[in-house]
Amino acid sequence: MSEQTLAPPATMPPVTWRAPTAEVPPVRIVLIGVAVLFIGVFLGFPLLVVFFEAFLNGVGKYFETFADSDTQAAIRLTLLVAALAVPANLIFGISAAWAIAKYDFRGKALLITLIDLPFSVSPVIAGLIYVIMFGAQGYFGDWLKANNIQIIFAIPGIVLATIFVTFPFVARELIPLMEEQGTQDEEAAISLGASGWQTFRRVTLPNVKWGLMYGVLLCNARAMGEFGAVAVVSGHIRGLTNTMPLHIEILYNDYQWVAAFTVASLLALLALITLIVKTLLEWRFSDELANGPR
Amino acid sequence: MTALAQFRRDTDYIEANLSLVAPFVDERLRVKTMNVTVENLVKAFGATPALHGVSLEIASGELIALVGPSGSGKTTLLRLIAGLDFPNSGRVLFGAEDASSKSVQERNVGFVFQNYALFKHMSVFENIAFGLRVRPRATRPSEASIRQRVMTLLDLVQLNGLEKRFPGQLSGGQRQRVAFARALAIEPGVLLLDEPFGALDAKVRKELRRWLREIHDRTGHTTVFVTHDQEEALELADRVVVMSQGRIEQVGSADDIYDNPATPFVFDFIGDSSALPVIVDKGSIALDDRILSIDAKGHADGPATLFFRPNHVRLAGQESGSIVGTVTGSRRHGDIRRLELEVGLARHRCEIDVPADSEVSRNGRVAVKPTDWRLFPRVS
Amino acid sequence: MTAIAIGTWRKPSIIPGFGLTFGFLMVYLSLIVLIPIALLILRTTQLSWAEYWAIATNARVVAALRLSFGAALIAAAINTVFGIIVAWVLVRYEFPGRRLADAIVDLPFALPTAVAGIALTAIFAKNGWVGQYTEPLGIKIAYTSIGVVIALTFIGLPFVVRTLQPVIMEIERETEEAAATLGASRRQTVFRVVLPTLVPALLTGFVLALARGIGEYGSVVFIAGNLPYRTEIAPLLIVIRLTEFDYNGATAIATIMLAISFVMFLAINLIQVWARRRFGYV
Repeated sequence: MSEQTLAPPATMPPVTWRAPTAEVPPVRIVLIGVAVLFIGVFLGFPLLVVFFEAFLNGVGKYFETFADSDTQAAIRLTLLVAALAVPANLIFGISAAWAIAKYDFRGKALLITLIDLPFSVSPVIAGLIYVIMFGAQGYFGDWLKANNIQIIFAIPGIVLATIFVTFPFVARELIPLMEEQGTQDEEAAISLGASGWQTFRRVTLPNVKWGLMYGVLLCNARAMGEFGAVAVVSGHIRGLTNTMPLHIEILYNDYQWVAAFTVASLLALLALITLIVKTLLEWRFSDELANGPR
Repeated sequence: MTALAQFRRDTDYIEANLSLVAPFVDERLRVKTMNVTVENLVKAFGATPALHGVSLEIASGELIALVGPSGSGKTTLLRLIAGLDFPNSGRVLFGAEDASSKSVQERNVGFVFQNYALFKHMSVFENIAFGLRVRPRATRPSEASIRQRVMTLLDLVQLNGLEKRFPGQLSGGQRQRVAFARALAIEPGVLLLDEPFGALDAKVRKELRRWLREIHDRTGHTTVFVTHDQEEALELADRVVVMSQGRIEQVGSADDIYDNPATPFVFDFIGDSSALPVIVDKGSIALDDRILSIDAKGHADGPATLFFRPNHVRLAGQESGSIVGTVTGSRRHGDIRRLELEVGLARHRCEIDVPADSEVSRNGRVAVKPTDWRLFPRVS
Repeated sequence: MTAIAIGTWRKPSIIPGFGLTFGFLMVYLSLIVLIPIALLILRTTQLSWAEYWAIATNARVVAALRLSFGAALIAAAINTVFGIIVAWVLVRYEFPGRRLADAIVDLPFALPTAVAGIALTAIFAKNGWVGQYTEPLGIKIAYTSIGVVIALTFIGLPFVVRTLQPVIMEIERETEEAAATLGASRRQTVFRVVLPTLVPALLTGFVLALARGIGEYGSVVFIAGNLPYRTEIAPLLIVIRLTEFDYNGATAIATIMLAISFVMFLAINLIQVWARRRFGYV
């Protein structure tokens, strides 16, 4: 396309022409309008309301809420729970992905289904199963009481319930990614004399680090925000077994409207950051995909 | 044997067979076809030009091939004829009627896509019936005649008994034929095929080629097909349109294109050829510092390219004015031996055919004279 | 003998660590998920069939299950209709704010349910942002089953959209062009060619949203009003039974819900098997 540049179009295409795979502009505008309105009303609006209500009485009042010791305790507990549950599921997710993606064995599909199971169980049931195990009338209730160990209505129960509901996040992010990448890289590394751990650290991990981060991000968001499962096992003891979502409920039921929304705004901010990082990661991924084999 | 002779032999063979298989024109499938005129089509995708003012006359009932390398604009031209894209300028006429203001739905063209674009959720029957079912009620055929037409077409494409299958359950060649039957169902005025055999393996391609020719002869559709495969184009088409960089290089029968290439591109693209850079000076031709005994009367002075086919040479012994080269390679091609030569000071590569029993050694020297050749001025 | 058995169960590999990672996977999975769920189901054996049946058919339980299921069904249907439009618009059209809209679709995945719950209540309560205009018209939203449907619509949207988007992206333009060359109008192409190819994904998204809706708790309890027999959802009833220390009652309701989840899960798999067999894709 060197020798001759194209003359400017002599006649413009007929105004009525449109690609046979496109809707007429009015239809398009209506569809975009409906979609944007639906997303705006059902998703965007509630998000804005949270921040609006939180700052209803001004910035001063907003920060006053955080001076409350119960609120501080709730924030600390939420961070603690996430700090325990996320690494536990991170380690689990990595070993599950390694065992499932790097080897061929029978029953793999069933195993993946079982890992996904917590997603299809109501969060309330997720709490209930631990109450049935460790509660006063539970299977191990008497033994725990005799040994003076408290799991339900205490932090261990909250952590367990949180682990359950965030169980699949890291694994389900990593398994398809690692399956796609196959085993050739690892086999090459092993044949060059690397140990299993070296192979994982230097070959596998760099290949999946973004997927791993993505999974951890979603896992963390859910861990900090879980309500139903934690509500069942926590016992709602202020200052002791109240996570942030539970604290929101208590403040709300106490008619401490602004305080409830203030704590909620903190979690909403976490959700926003999660979405932003997730979107950035997806852009990065799509760049990588675009430069890939296609 | 040369490539062309091979084509001709294939074609003869097919024609001989066709006379047994399909000596008749199928009146049930005969449709009113039309001629298509393309006038000065210009098309650019953004800043990238795709067609630079292409004009073409396609006669009614003709089977015509658009051939060229990828990016030559052949598919763009096909899509513009179909109305799947709009030209920046120029127009397409169906018969005497300007189609510019007609949407793709109104043009009544049968289009077969490279990947077939079958409707995966519909059975073979429903795929073929689709074009009839979406007609407005006034012109929609009855259920019985839709059924009859689909069955006739299934018969034509030899897929009887597969009408209940889904596209996912068919082989590539079968999908291709379903796509073909689907396009024929609407009784198109023109049939447009985009790389119809592109996604198939070599053996199926050959079978389907013959089959396409046969169907064309039975139905008589004006047919335009796009291919990057020159062999396919020369073998199948009544006329071949060679395209390059958004322009038509030459239009003609297979014989025209092969025997009288109009441009260096065509000479190079169709069939095997060798090209040597030469200088024309007052009717004589110089290759590097050697004057060749080739008469260049009537050719303008200046740099030029000398084209000849590998089989259009004779061994020249010690005659002066011959092309002398060092043999760098030798391959057996059926009854002949093809030599690769390095010619002249600049070691230009060229290929010549010699009898298979010729004794040539690697690095030996060979002198040849082209018996048939073309000279094209070279723009530097 | 054992070596052969292992050999057939798992293909040999030179990559080390299978024993360690697989062992950890199985132990962790069993301790956290499988054993607790099995014990929950086992717990129902402490009830006789008659007792179990009495709990399952208790009017309050039936009303709660009906509300959970019915509201989730309506919400999933709403999400299916709007989900098609949202997914289509996000994939096919270019417009200012498209990327923002695309990102925000995931909000229900990221926003804690309790936060969503109080925000929706603030909007739809009697003196809320929207409620103050609808209540004078006689439309009560918060503390009615309409509120439950709205909360479940919020929760379910991403399931439908995220299931549809990749499938819409994969539709070949040529398929639509083929329909056009065959004379189909754009409307015919959309309704006869495009939408039918989306049916498997649409059903999958619908069932996912439905399953999530039935089990949802956090976003609903704030807006539902929680009146027995009227606006009390099944998960809430489990919580209430637990606060009454009625473990058996809670367990019975939970197993009914687990059974419903299982049926949903089976449905998704059947849809996919059917789609793969018939169309050769999911």
